[in-house]
Amino acid sequence: MSDHPRALLVLADGTIFYGDAIGAEGITTGEVAFNTAMTGYQEILTDPSYCRQIVTLTYPHIGNTGTNPEDIESTTGSTVHAAGLVIRDLPPVFSNWRSRQSLPDFLKQHGVIAIAGIDTRKLTRILREKGAQAGCLMAGNVDEAEALRQAQAFPGLAGMDLARVVSCEQPWTFDEGEWTGTTGYRAPGDSRFRVAVLDFGVKRTILRKLVARGCRVTVYPARTSADALLAAQPDGVLLSNGPGDPEPCEYAIATTRVLLDKQVPLFGICLGHQILALAIGARTIKMKFGHHGANHPVQDIDNARVMITSQNHGFAVDGDTLPGNARVTHSSLFDSSLQGFELTDRPAFCFQGHPEASPGPHDVDYLFDRFIRHMAQHRA
Amino acid sequence: MPKRTDLHSILIIGAGPIVIGQACEFDYSGVQACRALREEGYRVILINSNPATIMTDPEMADAVYIEPIVWQAVEKIIEIERPDALLPTMGGQTALNCALDLVKHGVLEKHGVALIGASREAIDKAEDREKFKQAMTRIGLQSARSAVAHSMEEALQVQAMIGYPAIIRPSFTLGGSGGGIAYNREEFVGICERGLEASPTRELLIEESVIGWKEFEMEVIRDQQDNCIIICAIENIDPMGVHTGDSITVAPAQTLTDKEYQRMRDASIAVLREIGVETGGSNVQFAINPEDGRMIVIEMNPRVSRSSALASKATGFPIAKIAAKLAVGYTLNELGNDITGGLTPASFEPTIDYVVTKVPRFAFEKFPQADDRLTTQMKSVGEVMAIGRTFHESLQKALRGLETGVDGLDEKTTDIETIEQELGHPGPERLWYIADAFRCHLPFDEIQALTRIDPWFLVQIENLVRQEQALAGCQLETLTERQLRHLKRCGFSDRRLAGLLGCDQHAVRARRHQLNLRPVYKRVDTCAAEFDTRTAYMYSTYEEECEARPSDNKKIMVLGGGPNRIGQGIEFDYCCVHAALALREDQYETIMVNCNPETVSTDYDISDRLYFEPLTLEDVLEIVAIEKPAGVIVQYGGQTPLKLARELEANGVPIIGTSPDMIDCAEDRERFQAMLHRLGLRQPPNFTARNPAEALAAADDIGYPLVVRPSYVLGGRAMEIVHESRDLERYMREAVKVSNDSPVLLDRFLSNATEVDVDAIFDGNTVLIGGIMEHIEEAGVHSGDSACSLPPFSLPASMQDELRRQTEAMARALHVKGLMNVQFAIQDDTVFVLEVNPRASRTVPFVSKATGLPLAKIAARCMAGQTLAAQGMGEEVRPAYYSVKEAVFPFAKFAGVDTILGPEMKSTGEVMGIGKTFAEAFIKSQLAAGIQLPVSGRILISVRDGDKPEAVAIARKFVELGLSLYATRGTAQALLQAGLPVTTVNKVAEGRPHIVDMIKNGEIALIINTVSNKRSAVRDSYSIRHAALQARVTYYTTIAGARAACTGMANRQELRVYCLQNLAI
Repeated sequence: MSDHPRALLVLADGTIFYGDAIGAEGITTGEVAFNTAMTGYQEILTDPSYCRQIVTLTYPHIGNTGTNPEDIESTTGSTVHAAGLVIRDLPPVFSNWRSRQSLPDFLKQHGVIAIAGIDTRKLTRILREKGAQAGCLMAGNVDEAEALRQAQAFPGLAGMDLARVVSCEQPWTFDEGEWTGTTGYRAPGDSRFRVAVLDFGVKRTILRKLVARGCRVTVYPARTSADALLAAQPDGVLLSNGPGDPEPCEYAIATTRVLLDKQVPLFGICLGHQILALAIGARTIKMKFGHHGANHPVQDIDNARVMITSQNHGFAVDGDTLPGNARVTHSSLFDSSLQGFELTDRPAFCFQGHPEASPGPHDVDYLFDRFIRHMAQHRA
Repeated sequence: MPKRTDLHSILIIGAGPIVIGQACEFDYSGVQACRALREEGYRVILINSNPATIMTDPEMADAVYIEPIVWQAVEKIIEIERPDALLPTMGGQTALNCALDLVKHGVLEKHGVALIGASREAIDKAEDREKFKQAMTRIGLQSARSAVAHSMEEALQVQAMIGYPAIIRPSFTLGGSGGGIAYNREEFVGICERGLEASPTRELLIEESVIGWKEFEMEVIRDQQDNCIIICAIENIDPMGVHTGDSITVAPAQTLTDKEYQRMRDASIAVLREIGVETGGSNVQFAINPEDGRMIVIEMNPRVSRSSALASKATGFPIAKIAAKLAVGYTLNELGNDITGGLTPASFEPTIDYVVTKVPRFAFEKFPQADDRLTTQMKSVGEVMAIGRTFHESLQKALRGLETGVDGLDEKTTDIETIEQELGHPGPERLWYIADAFRCHLPFDEIQALTRIDPWFLVQIENLVRQEQALAGCQLETLTERQLRHLKRCGFSDRRLAGLLGCDQHAVRARRHQLNLRPVYKRVDTCAAEFDTRTAYMYSTYEEECEARPSDNKKIMVLGGGPNRIGQGIEFDYCCVHAALALREDQYETIMVNCNPETVSTDYDISDRLYFEPLTLEDVLEIVAIEKPAGVIVQYGGQTPLKLARELEANGVPIIGTSPDMIDCAEDRERFQAMLHRLGLRQPPNFTARNPAEALAAADDIGYPLVVRPSYVLGGRAMEIVHESRDLERYMREAVKVSNDSPVLLDRFLSNATEVDVDAIFDGNTVLIGGIMEHIEEAGVHSGDSACSLPPFSLPASMQDELRRQTEAMARALHVKGLMNVQFAIQDDTVFVLEVNPRASRTVPFVSKATGLPLAKIAARCMAGQTLAAQGMGEEVRPAYYSVKEAVFPFAKFAGVDTILGPEMKSTGEVMGIGKTFAEAFIKSQLAAGIQLPVSGRILISVRDGDKPEAVAIARKFVELGLSLYATRGTAQALLQAGLPVTTVNKVAEGRPHIVDMIKNGEIALIINTVSNKRSAVRDSYSIRHAALQARVTYYTTIAGARAACTGMANRQELRVYCLQNLAI
């Protein structure tokens, strides 16, 4: 029997789940989203894109490999960005040669509220059928009525500019290469390109992918102006992933427009992809329950090949609204949604999923190489 | 890219008989492949020597050949059928090896047959250890330090380089047969000798030991456009050192972070690309050093495998089906994911929201002389899979699904020494000893050091044990709803809880129901509920929401056979599948319950609804409660469901077909005897003894020799022939636990009798005789182990009519509704009834193939209420050709085991030979079973006194055939007296050179060795059989077998193949 304090999750539709509190005690609200990846809970928790989202993981055992300092994705501010964690089962021990801390200790240390022991499949089914909805997670002293009130009071992610919440405040540089395969990260080699990363909530692995390819990486706050970026004379700009609705990020959309005009090589990932789309006049929409997983098939239109990708987005670009100078390069095989496009008249391209994976398969790693090629061509 | 239009017909090679390392998973993959390719409009031609397979049903392929899987037979088929392509990746190692032979002999080239699904180069590169290792180095992956040896000298050189312990793996063998781990020189030399023998290329891979490293398997699919997807990652609980087939395994991998998992994923895909698997499924095995994460590649299989069957069942992704479609040119994104109703494409990676545990089932009780320690050579004969929402639940469901008498982590011992021994040197029950170790409070670190099992798993086991211990002193009534719910959520069975709480399972069930503590059913949907599914592939768990959504249709539920074991295997799954198919055709909604991942029955599209559940009373009753079927079939899955029949009925479950009471009447000796008496039929004199004293007294009345066995067994478990009271005493003391509830049966043994099996169907009114099978071996050899012929090869018609008459009489008396099987023994024209089984028997698929009558389907319809007449079934089919069934044994896997046949069943599988004459059919059955009959050379004869007259007759024929006779003293004398030229050979005790020397030196081409049933005689002649097995010399241990072989050899002709669909019936 459990010796954890009580916890509950209440959805805005009134559904209540009772379970055990395995993290910090307290109360949290957010949009409840499910992620079907079977590995990578630590990366998910620390991915800034999960800001204001309560994540439920569909795989039942979470915490198996504990946590370690290497698998943290956040770069600044708080380590954990997810608003809460919902799982079926926390195993009694963790086991892995790299682990340093148990998941519950990690959660407590970072003040994350988490619930275990609930029928996460039922929760997933509800989210699939009714769409993503707000929820309230309460741990310790629980009060159903209060939780329901707070869940229903959560305004939803639409219209929320969260990039500014998670972005860094000052420019900073990054110089860590890719994972060695056992422990630690490689030192950077010679750098050939200067890359400015516009931080809407960037994941460390994106930066590592760039460093591994010979980039000197500087990360800039989301609200950095185009002029400030251009002053640094970057070879290319990466529009990073990030949380929330792209539409309110007018500052970033404006910056992107300038960069496009200046023919700066651009690579947009996830939120960055949506911002690029908005910058060229396309529209974005809120999805029913989004794409959150590490098994999403995406077709590369150029060669018809299938990539298994990592996905994490609740908003999407409406492919029908793309202007004529955008050529679709990637499309979802799950729901035919737009997954990537490039501009025919600018050195800019973007991808809705996560080429950096972490967690997830490395099938679209090649997009980083494409970015490098664009920078090399542009320089030449 | 769409499918190829340049191909029209495709030949598929099956896997042949069930052997250790190659079981019914290849029927599952073969069936999927056949269906997938026919769906695409291809003409499918199939060869498989195993009649007990669904894939050899005439409806499964356009042309079915039940023929020996040797390249010569396949060439004949190619000549007749002219296929455009050959798909060799569905039939395990057997099919791959046969395909390589066809390539080597230029057959494919000559006839313009394309090899699809795998190329010769890819097969070679994957199978040849040295080439594989080089390939891995090329793509920057590490492998264990190793080298190849082709002789003992080379082997010793390699060993000097890598030290001890050393792992020895022979090339091109099934299930790693002939391999092992050596810790010292003596063991090393012994294993290498065996391995060199076992490898058809006399090649060994000797490797640095990575024993204790974590072991993983990745199931990968690739299409011709180089799209690669991972279907499933499987983690072995038993670390490196135990063959993965013998390991308890879990899906998905539990102890890898995303970084480590993705590294392995990248490596798996790189391996497929490098090896050159252009399309299809493969499995890649890895080891990881738990200390620092160093990863090495162990091996890969460029074909579907046992693991891919497991992965298919574990995820709901039909690997073989998809692989077959990829082989004809499709790409993954062009194929739909069936489980989501085609809503999503097959080009994705399944994600699961439950835990799957596979536990192997062993049969060491059948082979007491075998070494039961687990090594790199596979020894298990079956497996059970269970699905639960947590590892706790999944593991405990698997354990009760094993049907080895445990309800969970049952206690084995409190002896610390035994526990430590079992932990460090794993045997079949290590898991239970680990639980005992926790019970005895062995330090965790010691348990971990001894087992090297990842702490993640060990703590889970410990946790279950602590929960059990916490129940000490508790009572069912005092457990709160919350406590009981927690226990059920951890997978504790009602029976295990009953055992721990000192009550019975009915009380636990009643209490559960009172508290409304019922399981819910969740769906296996490949996508963790991200998409809706209509596919009813389900498992039970204790959660909030139930997704069973049962219909109001008229339903029939079929209970399957559980894990394969000796005596209960694919034959029963065949019957269950047929029941489901037939009743589905008749518009019933069919529900299958089974827990064996290797089977066709657990394919989610065989039945309307599949419950992947253990076959225990608790689990079945819960499914019945939710589904409310109109009828439940318990007679098709072997003993597993039969054992449940009475209690199911007592709990109001509507069992259709022959009633459990009548099944009991046939099984209960006393009731059965009374019935035979009433019918005026004879039985060998017998007695049912409830204690040893009774047995001894009765034995004196009946007279020796006696067949003794416990009641209610299948496969002749613990059955023996005893010749004197001393033997009987020992038997009662050592072999069985006799009691009122489990009496021991004593039957007079009928010497020199002919045994006959009859399969029949009765609908309550008329009888349909399915077939009469005359055994080749005399009575006393278990019917599952003896070869038999349909139609009979020597029984006069009048005798056959008498058997028909008696069968019908018993069918009526037992109110049979459906299938029945009768075993008769005929001694000097007197018919004795040995036993009657009013249920599906092992021979049903063989008879169906031999006669063209789908007996299991016809009988299922009778059970559902249709008469034979309504089905248009009246006349018995008397085929104009002979079909011979031969048994296949696992002796080569168990060094030291005696190969002599007796009343205890030892075979794992069967093959069938078809011919215009008995001789032709017999010789083909031998060829199919891998038995080579010589055309010249020396034949060694050593027979017991009773067989000498017959031996003389056979020897005379051998001489005529040009073989030279060698015999031991007594036999030689008999032959000399008959005027036959013979050389006398020393028995082992008579000085050297002796019989075993000659066998070892390869001087003998065929051995005929029969011994009296006396234990001493069996012991004395053991070395002959052992040497024969080691030297791969063909041998017969019954005179009847020798006679049949002789007849076959005398009538040898050019190999001919027959298409099942064209055989004139």
